[in-house]
Amino acid sequence: MIRTITALLFAATLILSFGVGTPARASDSIEVIFETHAEIIIKGSRRTITPAIEAFRDSGLPEAQIVLETWRAKDLWVRKADNRFFRATTEDRKTYDLLDIVTGEALGRAAKKELRQIKPNSGVRGLISAALVRFQLSDPDPEVRRSSLAAIQRDPAPSHLAALEASIDKEDDPGLKAEKRRLAGLLTIQFAEAPETRVAAIRAVSSDLGIDVRAALNPILATRIGVYTAAPEGNVAARLTIGSDIGADEAYALLVAQGAAAPIPDEEKKAALAEHIDGGMVGGVPVASLTDPAARDRAYARLAAAGRVPPSPTAEERDAAIAAHRFYAVYEEPNPAVTDAASEALESIGTMVRSYEVLDLSLDALSLASIYFLAAIGLAITFGVMRVINMAHGEFIMMGAYTGFVVQQLIPSYTISILVALPLAFAITFAAGVTLERLVIRWLYDRPLETLLATFGVSIALQQIAKNIFGTQARPLTSPEWLDGAWDINPIVSISWIRVAIFVLSVVFLLFLLFVLNRTRLGLEVRAVTQNPRMAASMGINPDYIRMMTFGLGSGIAGIAGVAIGLFAKVTSGLGQDYIVQSFMTVVVGGVGNLWGVLAGAGLIGILQKGIEALNPSNTLAAQTYMIIFIIIFIQFRPKGMFALKGRAAGD
Amino acid sequence: MTRRRVPFVVRNPSVLVFLGLLAAFTLGVTVLSEATGIGLISTSMVKTLGKTLCFCLIAVAMDLVWGYCGILSLGHFAFFGLGGYMIGMWLMYARTEMIVVEALAAQPIPPTDAEIEAAIGNQIFGVVGGSEIPAIWMFADSLVIQLALVVLVPGLLALVFGWLAFRSRVTGVYLSILTQAMTLALALYLFQNDSGLRGNNGLSGLQNIPGFEQTPQSTISIAFLWASAAALGLGYLLIAWITSGKFGNVIRGIRDDEARVRFLGYNVEAYKLVVFTLTAVLAAIAGALYYPQAGIINPAEIAPIASIYLAVWVAIGGRGRLYGAVIGAAVVSLASSWFTGGQAPDIPLGFYTISWVDWWQVLLGLGFVLVTLFAPKGLGGLVDRLVRR
Amino acid sequence: MTTDTLLEVSGVSVSFDGFKAINDLSFSIGEAEMRAVIGPNGAGKTTFMDIITGKTRPDSGDILWGEPTRSLLKLSESQIAQLGIGRKFQRPTVFEDQSVADNIMMSLKAHRQPWSVLFHKFTQDDGQRIREIAEEVLLVDHLERSAGDLSHGQKQWLEIGMLLAQDPRLLLVDEPAAGMTLEERNHTTDLLREAAKTRAVIVVEHDMDFVRKLDCRVTVLHEGSVLAEGTIDHVTSDQTVIDVYLGR
Repeated sequence: MIRTITALLFAATLILSFGVGTPARASDSIEVIFETHAEIIIKGSRRTITPAIEAFRDSGLPEAQIVLETWRAKDLWVRKADNRFFRATTEDRKTYDLLDIVTGEALGRAAKKELRQIKPNSGVRGLISAALVRFQLSDPDPEVRRSSLAAIQRDPAPSHLAALEASIDKEDDPGLKAEKRRLAGLLTIQFAEAPETRVAAIRAVSSDLGIDVRAALNPILATRIGVYTAAPEGNVAARLTIGSDIGADEAYALLVAQGAAAPIPDEEKKAALAEHIDGGMVGGVPVASLTDPAARDRAYARLAAAGRVPPSPTAEERDAAIAAHRFYAVYEEPNPAVTDAASEALESIGTMVRSYEVLDLSLDALSLASIYFLAAIGLAITFGVMRVINMAHGEFIMMGAYTGFVVQQLIPSYTISILVALPLAFAITFAAGVTLERLVIRWLYDRPLETLLATFGVSIALQQIAKNIFGTQARPLTSPEWLDGAWDINPIVSISWIRVAIFVLSVVFLLFLLFVLNRTRLGLEVRAVTQNPRMAASMGINPDYIRMMTFGLGSGIAGIAGVAIGLFAKVTSGLGQDYIVQSFMTVVVGGVGNLWGVLAGAGLIGILQKGIEALNPSNTLAAQTYMIIFIIIFIQFRPKGMFALKGRAAGD
Repeated sequence: MTRRRVPFVVRNPSVLVFLGLLAAFTLGVTVLSEATGIGLISTSMVKTLGKTLCFCLIAVAMDLVWGYCGILSLGHFAFFGLGGYMIGMWLMYARTEMIVVEALAAQPIPPTDAEIEAAIGNQIFGVVGGSEIPAIWMFADSLVIQLALVVLVPGLLALVFGWLAFRSRVTGVYLSILTQAMTLALALYLFQNDSGLRGNNGLSGLQNIPGFEQTPQSTISIAFLWASAAALGLGYLLIAWITSGKFGNVIRGIRDDEARVRFLGYNVEAYKLVVFTLTAVLAAIAGALYYPQAGIINPAEIAPIASIYLAVWVAIGGRGRLYGAVIGAAVVSLASSWFTGGQAPDIPLGFYTISWVDWWQVLLGLGFVLVTLFAPKGLGGLVDRLVRR
Repeated sequence: MTTDTLLEVSGVSVSFDGFKAINDLSFSIGEAEMRAVIGPNGAGKTTFMDIITGKTRPDSGDILWGEPTRSLLKLSESQIAQLGIGRKFQRPTVFEDQSVADNIMMSLKAHRQPWSVLFHKFTQDDGQRIREIAEEVLLVDHLERSAGDLSHGQKQWLEIGMLLAQDPRLLLVDEPAAGMTLEERNHTTDLLREAAKTRAVIVVEHDMDFVRKLDCRVTVLHEGSVLAEGTIDHVTSDQTVIDVYLGR
């Protein structure tokens, strides 16, 4: 007996598998399915339709997909006479051309009243869609497979799990195969029946940083607050303490939901009191004394006792009611093994996330530091050599940024315009710096504080001129496409290419300046003037020339920094002001006359600012405040900066 | 040697001249104001003049700390603003309380203290999405305490900051940058919504003085003009007295050669701290008088640029001479408000029209460069030359 | 060491960026003693003064002062000055914007705290003291002149006058005779010798003739340590000193 059944099944399997290979017969099979399930298809009820959909889905026929899609698109018609199914088109809405569902072959005409359109409701359509997923997941086109994966990821449903798992083995694209495995794991975590399967799936993702993994795990740990008089039931997460874990009001609200007496809000009490004022008295309490909350409670209690207002539980009653109950956070997920595994996995993911966030933060700090370095290095050079602070340095940065803007108006290609703007900005601000030095600063070398003020005058004039020329609105400086987007190292660590470029730029400048200062004649003379101007002059170095060149160099670098900053910040006339104080801080913290000092200062300030921001991410203003306070305190310990000149060379 | 025994005002006739001119000015404005009915000077002009007197007071303080003691502070407007905030807290709180109490009194049930407080909190902090009254407003209902805080808060800040800065021998441009950083930190802090001082909305409605709702603004403006003039007069007198004595010699010594003063046995840091803190307090008083006349205070007023302008006023007026500071502050601030207020006539050049609103800043900036280069003694130096002639 | 030692510097070293400016230097001076310190350029004379007056902190060693003895290492420049150590700089540093009288007045021995200075009342006695000091340094006719208008020699004297006005127990005088005429030098010599009758005076000087006139013990510094000590004749006949001065 058993043997015969096995033999029959084997034969059936053979027939089926042959059927797959021969379209002529497949069409027959579709027909057969329609025939078998005609009744429930026509009825179209969500509760009874499943066998029909499954029959198509499991038929293994490629045409089944077309049938299901047609059905879902409400394009399926049935001829009342013989319950045959067709697609139908019409021109006059009276007579319809009947077409074969799969091939589109014309199969005759029929009047409208002979036909019935199958209009699946949304529930049925959902079931059809789920069934279609299986076809899409094994569609020959990898793009279709990919987009269907994405669709599942967007809106996962339990029904996807089986389809997904079934498609994994047949997947031949290794990337898609891994993605399918991963998604199947996530679906298993959420929808599988057996707890062991889910636990295993959870363990498998405990080092996956994807946000979707956390999104799948977090709902497992969702809790509700349960109120119990005795031992709690269910999968308890923790007992809640009144006052710290849960507020008394919130706790009492839960009791109210269970039937405890609802408290009357103060506003309503007050309105009720106002309604019952009677000759300057409410419930025997004079109205004038109702400025005292206790008097109000007394008056209300009297009114309630007289039955004129609904009673409100007193504070003592509330406390007693709360004390009589225990409050627990209870997992919605009943199985403790699953919740334990989920919390373990989340914890290990959390640890990884935090360490990667530190890395991400360090990259942020590094990029901020390189911006400050670029902004401050020119200032440091001029300050180091001449001991004067150039308050217009920020405006040179602004000039550089506007140079970039103007060049972009003239040259349409962003790549070329940036390449033109960088040297042009250098040239323009170099010239501006030399002009400023020749006209103003050189007359004030023995009065450093007045240089600070005079250059401030230049600064406000330049700002206003920029405003008059370019207006007050922010001008965009667009980066070339190859700098768009970010370098995503993993789901947590990413850094925009612009910042990478600025980092590279500042490294280039560091190397360039190291070369100029340490390996060239100009650098030697600059260092000589920095350390001992009088001695340098007596050795035949022309300090005037050196100062002019240094000032030009420092200003020129500011111009280049301006182009770089303009790529990610809005270019306005106040652009320089946003960076000038940080640049000063960088120089002050680092110490003058030393490139490494500026580097260290920029690094310290970048790290500090990002670090403080990370501690209080919602408030970047506070972060800057604390950073400046930190710097003021830092100056206490290193008044001359981190890399100060010592001894007699310090000139104090 | 006996010349040193005579009272210092006699030794310094310029002080008497200044006080006389100040009194005449105040009287003249009063007589010509709307308060007396003559109305040649509008109430808003009276307020502008009163505010200018406050600027003169902070400029005199700046002259003491910079012109005499050599500390180029770029932070005195922070103290000015803090003084304004301290008095502004009372003005705003007391007035809101009055309005709230009046509104709640109309209800059948008299309000509890908590209700009044909640309503005040809502009124004041609704704009920053809060209703709790922050702890720093603890004393805002007491005029006396807030007046004390006008002096104490900026004084304490100056004391702590100065102690830190001077103790570590930060001098020259470094010190200037550090004071600027302090100002920036304070301004950024106040810009936050949860600073407890209404973020960038600042405090407003300060021109309404609680208890004087019925008094017209023309009278109030004259009262503040007198108060500002009195504060300026007293501040001027105080600083003139300080600088004319041995203390003045010591701080000028510190300005010129700090190390030498140290080797004479003077604790230079202590002197700087005294001067810094004293001038901070004077700046705060000037601010406390200024903002009720301005009507509104917000963190932008504290931005570092304001303090730099203060240095510009004093430099243009002439450092190391008090009347110079007064002249600088008055001339530059009045000219600025005239030019940027749109009253100054534009100059049409045919191809381009010079609008003063746009070009005044440029003129001021370049003018300032020229003064620094060619007239380091400022406008006060011109006065000196005239007097000597 | 005798019991009336006023200042004792023991085993002091200091270095700047690896360069040893002062190397294990020991030195002492008693009350009412004059001492000349000589040495070639870079011998550490100025640094030696910087260390005593608190401008430079030594890396090691100790400086003891007075009776009962106390260490100067932890004190600030102004505290050291208030203990009674006055210093005259190599370059004359007077307050050029202020009058000669004001310069001396600021130096007069008095309370140095800001509060008492603020309420300082100028007394007849102060006037008297200023006049006396001005007479000693020959500036009595210039009291109301701005210190910046004085000649170089007068500025030197004014600085010595300011030193005397402080009434210190130890005077540190750096090249007092630089830029003076012969006549002015002689007066300077007299001033210093007069001062040394009641207090300790350390004179740093290049000029051998001037040192000879001072007629006191001489300490020779070389490369941050004491090379020789004794009378002027003793040290000038010392072969190592001659080597140092004349070159090897």
